[in-house]
Amino acid sequence: PTAVKMIHSLFLVNATGDIFLEKHWKSAVSRSVCDYFFEAQERATEPENVPPVIPTPHHYLISVFRHRIFFVAVIQSEVPPLFVIEFLHRVVDTFQDYFGVCTEAAIKDNVVVVYELLEEMLDNGFPLATESNILKELIKPPTILRTVVNTITGSTNVGEQLPTGQLSVVPWRRTGVKYTNNEAYFDVVEEIDAIIDKSGSTVTAEIQGVIDACVKLTGMPDLTLSFMNPRLLDDVSFHPCVRFKRWEAERILSFIPPDGNFRLLSYHVSSQNLVAIPVYVKHNITFREGSSQGRFDLTLGPKQTMGKVVESVLVSSRLPRVVLNANLSPSQGTYTFDPVTKLLTWDVGKINPQKLPSLKGSMSLQAGASKPDENPTINIQFKIPQMAVSGLKVNRLDMYGEKYKPFKGIKYMTMAGKFQVRT
Amino acid sequence: MTTMQKLLQLPANAVNIVKTVQGVAQGHEEARSPVLSPDSSHQNWYSAVQPEELRHLRTGSLGGGVGVGGAGTMAEGGDEKGSSEEGLHSAQAQPLRHDDLKEMLDSNKDSLKLEAMKRIVAMVARGKNASDLFPAVVKNVACKNIEVKKLVYVYLVRYAEEQQDLALLSISTFQRGLKDPNQLIRASALRVLSSIRVTIIVPIMMLAIKEAASDMSPYVRKTAAHAIPKLYSLDPEQKDQLIEVIEKLLADKTTLVAGSVVMAFEEVCPERIELIHKNYRKLCNLLIDVEEWGQVVIINMLTRYARTQFLNPNINESLLEEGGEKEFYASDDDEDDEEKKAEAAALAKRKPYVMDPDHRLLLRNTKPLLQSRNAAVVMAVAQLYFHLAPKAEVGVIAKALVRLLRSHSEVQYVVLQNVATMTIKRRGMFEPHLKSFYIRSTDPTQIKILKLEVLTNLASETNISTILREFQTYIKSMDKDFVAATIEAIGRCATNIGEVRDTCLNGLVQLLSNRDELVVAESVVVIKKLLQMQPEQHSEIIKHMAKLIDNIQVPMARASILWLIGEYCEHVPKIAPDVLRKMAKTFTNEEDIVKLQILNLAAKLYLTNSKQTKLLTQYVLNLAKYDQNYDIRDRARFIRQLIVPTDKSGALSKYAKKLFLALKPAPVLESPFKDRDHFQLGSLSHLLNTKAGGYQELPEWPDSAPDPSVRNVEVPEWSKCTSRKERKEKKVEKPFYSDSEGESGPTESADSESDSGSRSESDSEQTGSGSESEESVEESQSEEEEDEEEEKMKKKKKVDKSQPKKSESAESDQSSGEEQKKERKGVKQRRSGSESESEEESESESSESESGSEEDSESDTDTRKKKKTPASKPTAKDTKKESKKETKEISLLDLDDFAPTSSPQVTPVNNFLSSSLASDLEGLSLTDTVLAPTTIAPSASVRMYELLHRITGEGLGVEYCFNRQAFSPDPHMVAVQIHFTNNTSCETKNLHIEEPKLQSGMRIKEFPEIDMLPAGESVSVVMGIDFCDSTQAANFQLCTHTRKFFVSIQPPVGELMTPIFLTENEFKKEQGQLMGMNEISDKLTLGEKCQNDHSIIERVNATANLGRVPCGSDKDCR
Repeated sequence: PTAVKMIHSLFLVNATGDIFLEKHWKSAVSRSVCDYFFEAQERATEPENVPPVIPTPHHYLISVFRHRIFFVAVIQSEVPPLFVIEFLHRVVDTFQDYFGVCTEAAIKDNVVVVYELLEEMLDNGFPLATESNILKELIKPPTILRTVVNTITGSTNVGEQLPTGQLSVVPWRRTGVKYTNNEAYFDVVEEIDAIIDKSGSTVTAEIQGVIDACVKLTGMPDLTLSFMNPRLLDDVSFHPCVRFKRWEAERILSFIPPDGNFRLLSYHVSSQNLVAIPVYVKHNITFREGSSQGRFDLTLGPKQTMGKVVESVLVSSRLPRVVLNANLSPSQGTYTFDPVTKLLTWDVGKINPQKLPSLKGSMSLQAGASKPDENPTINIQFKIPQMAVSGLKVNRLDMYGEKYKPFKGIKYMTMAGKFQVRT
Repeated sequence: MTTMQKLLQLPANAVNIVKTVQGVAQGHEEARSPVLSPDSSHQNWYSAVQPEELRHLRTGSLGGGVGVGGAGTMAEGGDEKGSSEEGLHSAQAQPLRHDDLKEMLDSNKDSLKLEAMKRIVAMVARGKNASDLFPAVVKNVACKNIEVKKLVYVYLVRYAEEQQDLALLSISTFQRGLKDPNQLIRASALRVLSSIRVTIIVPIMMLAIKEAASDMSPYVRKTAAHAIPKLYSLDPEQKDQLIEVIEKLLADKTTLVAGSVVMAFEEVCPERIELIHKNYRKLCNLLIDVEEWGQVVIINMLTRYARTQFLNPNINESLLEEGGEKEFYASDDDEDDEEKKAEAAALAKRKPYVMDPDHRLLLRNTKPLLQSRNAAVVMAVAQLYFHLAPKAEVGVIAKALVRLLRSHSEVQYVVLQNVATMTIKRRGMFEPHLKSFYIRSTDPTQIKILKLEVLTNLASETNISTILREFQTYIKSMDKDFVAATIEAIGRCATNIGEVRDTCLNGLVQLLSNRDELVVAESVVVIKKLLQMQPEQHSEIIKHMAKLIDNIQVPMARASILWLIGEYCEHVPKIAPDVLRKMAKTFTNEEDIVKLQILNLAAKLYLTNSKQTKLLTQYVLNLAKYDQNYDIRDRARFIRQLIVPTDKSGALSKYAKKLFLALKPAPVLESPFKDRDHFQLGSLSHLLNTKAGGYQELPEWPDSAPDPSVRNVEVPEWSKCTSRKERKEKKVEKPFYSDSEGESGPTESADSESDSGSRSESDSEQTGSGSESEESVEESQSEEEEDEEEEKMKKKKKVDKSQPKKSESAESDQSSGEEQKKERKGVKQRRSGSESESEEESESESSESESGSEEDSESDTDTRKKKKTPASKPTAKDTKKESKKETKEISLLDLDDFAPTSSPQVTPVNNFLSSSLASDLEGLSLTDTVLAPTTIAPSASVRMYELLHRITGEGLGVEYCFNRQAFSPDPHMVAVQIHFTNNTSCETKNLHIEEPKLQSGMRIKEFPEIDMLPAGESVSVVMGIDFCDSTQAANFQLCTHTRKFFVSIQPPVGELMTPIFLTENEFKKEQGQLMGMNEISDKLTLGEKCQNDHSIIERVNATANLGRVPCGSDKDCR
């Protein structure tokens, strides 16, 4: 008679469509409910195209796809879909945090820990403890050493000490943290999302940045981080530890950090600021009518990099269906072409401004097929260390509340996000 | 063999053993998957697995020599080597080695028990039935080992429902746990007890929940809140008792409990909205500190609450904005809306709208959560704003939603669905973010199609050419479903925006020669719809399409072509009969929809051109008569009766022509997201566009506001309170809003020392806002205080001076005692500074600082509170001059918003235009200039920029705006209107400009010196600056008789233009010269129509900004 809300059950489905784990927070739901999911999976040729919300006669299935695993939650009634999706992603993040990877094998190997985690993360289908710091107090992550010790002594992964964080006003930080070396590292990582059109001009470009922190500080440190140019940040989202009002008033990040790794801040650099695009692509990909050959010619070059090296460059492009094979020669790096998926990838490495990397050659086309209408888009990945393309600069980091002097470090990095060149 | 191996993931040797034992005879069993049918294959597996077990036992005893237990240890040993596959798999291979497990559970060793429980849990995880182990497991419920206990709990919760009698054995253990001195054990006992779905223990659960609800520990109370829905779903009869508990817990003051109890409220009694009244303000104030999941639940609930308790904030706006509105949303406003508007307008005339302070409180306190890292929280706030905020304020959510598009594709999917709905009602909000919805070839198809939907909804006369150019790239995509969707989108743009209809149509016609049949087919379908709008002009296209019928095989496309030819056969009199001839030949091989259209074509031709087509029609009708499909047979019969004259033919045949050749209305291509906003956004029901079970309707706004006093928590006289005593009372209640640390047991108070720094700050923030709201209520209810207030404000300005210093000390680390002393000094200083304040004020303050000496966090609170108030009051004053009515509302409620937020705060009178403009200009403003909130300047929606803050200016506040009037002394100069306000108590003399430091070529025309500016007065002057078409700042000194201030003015690009009148031809000529600068020339087409309209210029300016081609647009417009 009553609506049972929130998450009822969870099924983990692998790429081949097998359910390899199930967990029920209320009475068990038959796994046959997943048949609806499998149907949808079949309809959507790519796993990315499985609708995240699938209605069935008695339930709703809400799923996320990560690490080649579908996490399928069973819902019985109205609940904000993002609530479930966000929670499922949090589950994946937690697994990754615990086991290093979140693969089917890792989950199977640690099935008991997985079960304990799921038990703590949801109570009656409602999220209970999702902060990694709290969970780690409740359930110790498995390490090789601990497994050995546990086997010998018969001790356990479950924390003997009951967690305090959940009860304190700083729910994201555990108490009694101790380090011999106190250190705080911050990585400013900016990604450029861009679409470049045929002629090389920018259709749209945005900078999305994050500040990831690794803080290993004793006690209850209270940190403030200030920027030289905080006004660059157009839109921000914070880890819950950041004091919002302080940011509003002074544009200063003031927070008691969680212990260990966490994402302090994500930001968006105002689109009014022109984005310096650090690479350019010269391309000439042609197919001639009636010919069984096509020409492929690609050259990369750096621009506006402020003297920094563009490295880890990787070019990928899905060529039209009529391309049977590609016979190319790279001036540096290696390339592969998969004749089935038509995916061309070229691992370029570093760009040397004196000798620009290029990939040239011919493509053999299906005989008799007509010239393809579509033009392949070129996706580029790259990294530029020691540079934040927006020009964002951290001014200083101060610590209050503890007496010792911590070691502080900050690193900048620019990367390609979704960087696409249309041809 | 291999299938089974895969399914079971057995190591090869294990399979071999199984095989030898089972023999060939049992081979068929292998095919059945034990994973999918766990129960059916028990017996076989049991026998099959025996030898494997023996093998394992043997190795076990060899290794460890502990008999049965050794097997477990060995399995564990597998784990530690990292090749845990083996350990796990051997367990999997023996799903029913239950005797073994039972023995292990009965042993004395915890390690054996643990191992057994681990294996059992692994079985449960794989969905195997382990229910027959229940008796053995339940015995261990009292086990001392925590991990064993935990795993037993996991098992118990899973199987108790099936083994009710045995489950009762465990109850006493939990009852004991409920009395444990450790709060966490109490909580966990309650958690498991309430998770055991056994009806017979309902009374025990009820008792436990009631007790836990008054537990000292907030954590236990939280668990109690969680247990409520569990019990309710077990036995709905308990509802009334449970509501009592909910009521009690709703009154709880801790953030820990808030989210959970609201969740319980939503599940048990969402209709009892009156339970929220007394807790409303508290929930608003606690919200920011509640954990993220609780925030989502609370925000969604408060959205519904607000819809029942407050008035629609857009009632007045619909009246004020009607003119502008129409232009923007004309296509969306249907008649219903118009009626409502008229009604609303009538209502508004009678009674000016004043937002309930509690309504404002909700909006203000949820806004910071747009910055949450949790997408669900952001979405919750976004829907709250969409459903509750005044139109002018909704814009703030756009940025946050666009941010979510960077997240996982599932998040994108949900967000885009909601954005699609929003863009139909509030297009202006997302227009500045158009490019964020551009599609990448790597997006999953379902995301591409949603983005396309959003782009289509955003299309307007101004941006359509950009969008169409983008669509052109999409058509070349390899993803054909996406291409088809793009073609449909082009069709929709063409129907909605008349100007581009022909362009679109031509583009689509070109696609007809595309090689991909799907593309052609989709184009045909869309062209058909477009042609229906103006068929006369397009007989060429119809002819072209008639020819296509030979090549196109897609049924829908063929059907569309035939329909077109039939409908417009008079435009193509020669071709039509020929097409019918061809179709008659292929009739039997066509799809059903094509057949139906052939019949229609035949009928129409027969009626218009019976001479040529009589026989053909007869032939087709005869074929159809014997068709397999009854629809087609029916249709044939119907048509024959209607068109072929017989003596029996009824009255209808006279009207055959009218029936078949009636003018058909053109189809309306509508977004599938139209009107979806009657579902609460962000909900599952909205996503699916059908009501999901348990969905709570979003109520319509009430016509008249329910009594707001129901939310008053304090004694009623409180609102008028001026007496010291009562103020003090209020103080006593302060800790009320902060986390009740005192209650939470010894563990915490031990910590509290170390983290007091952080806590006091966050707490005080909370308390600060809490007291603010109290204050606002008080003031709004006593209107006669209004006038006094103004006086107070003036006096408070003195306090401003001491503010920067004070804030510094307040913000700096509070946990060190030294700093705190300094801070208190700051408080004292301030007090001396504000001696002239009204008695009441200073009295309360002294009482405050008294209490402050007791608790540090309190004094902190006060400082903050004070700090905020003076900062915001002057705003009120500015506004007051402009519109007296607004004053009360703004001064009392917009306190927080005054802080220099990056999102422009727009007063309700301004429409979207200015809000989007504002956000466009934002990036160009000076880095060190604070954007002042938009005030209602003389010429509506002109932005004021701050030149000199009243604090840095020592009481002299200077703002400037570009008044967009020609500067008569020199046409090259831009007129800048400067507005001085003297906030000090003494007069300022000799205001003038000195030492301009200008970029080369720039010139300044100073304003005449102002001799004297009396205290509290303000004055406006106009000066001219020639920026030389650059956006460089003009720097100069602003001097008074005592001080000099360095200031600078930097113009946004749009301000450098002046409107001039061009004829359309001239304009086109200019435009032609600018070809290549696509974006600008396209966008300016709008300007041409109404050059003189102020608002349009603004808009052009806004777009010019976006385009970033200042000189180009400059030339054009100058």
